[in-house]
Amino acid sequence: MTVTAVRKQPETLTMTLEAEFDAPADRVWQLWADPRLLERWWGPPTYPATVDAHDLRRGGRVEYHMTGPAGDQPRGYWEVVRVDPPRSLVFRDGFANDDGTRNTDLPTMEARVTIEEIGDGRTRMSIETVFPSAKAMEQILAMGMEEGLKQAVGQIDAVLAENSIARA
Amino acid sequence: MQTIVPDYDRTFAALADATRRDIVRRAIAGQEGIAELAGHYPMSFAAVQKHVAVLERAGLVRKERVGRRKVVRTNLEGLRMARGLLDRYEELWRGRIARMNELISDRQETDA
Repeated sequence: MTVTAVRKQPETLTMTLEAEFDAPADRVWQLWADPRLLERWWGPPTYPATVDAHDLRRGGRVEYHMTGPAGDQPRGYWEVVRVDPPRSLVFRDGFANDDGTRNTDLPTMEARVTIEEIGDGRTRMSIETVFPSAKAMEQILAMGMEEGLKQAVGQIDAVLAENSIARA
Repeated sequence: MQTIVPDYDRTFAALADATRRDIVRRAIAGQEGIAELAGHYPMSFAAVQKHVAVLERAGLVRKERVGRRKVVRTNLEGLRMARGLLDRYEELWRGRIARMNELISDRQETDA
């Protein structure tokens, strides 16, 4: 099991997730630092991500879009707040408009990534996500739901298909 | 007759359409009326109006008056009912970690 701990703290609007990998810290860091690797894990299989810009320096921006099954392309960006390879990365994660500019109607959240070797060639990665307000958390989570919904929607589609076969 | 009990079938049926999911996503900001929403899709105003009506009946969006305009706003309570949102967020990250782990394993095999 890779994910070792999940803590949800509604009172501080924080979710912390810890995972361990069977690899040195540099390798884990590359998953964030190499855009071609990043796009292979950031989006779910139904919404693969394409990284359009990747400047992982303080003040730099990472821009990406995801492509959905219906051809919809939600866009997002990161703003790098702090970076200390291969140990830590702090970025603001926000939504972008169709033209790539920041969507200021929607809140951003801050993600703090910490990577540390724990011996035996293993590395622990911790991701702490802080939402700016309860309302923002609701909005952001509602956006994230889009991805989680795919499975439920797929199941509904399957049920509907079965029904139409049964009726035929 | 209106039912008070949450109608999950109706909620999920409403969300089973990509355009309607996109409307729900855009309406979270609650800034646009039907005319503005219609500008995002290659379909008629009437078609978008129908989609909004389906979402409204499912309790996922509502129309609100802002000054002289009417905007479509996502009903976050309705969304919460459809899903445990923090749980989904956790699941999103679990999926990402699983993919990261696969990438790391792949690369180790390649190196070996």
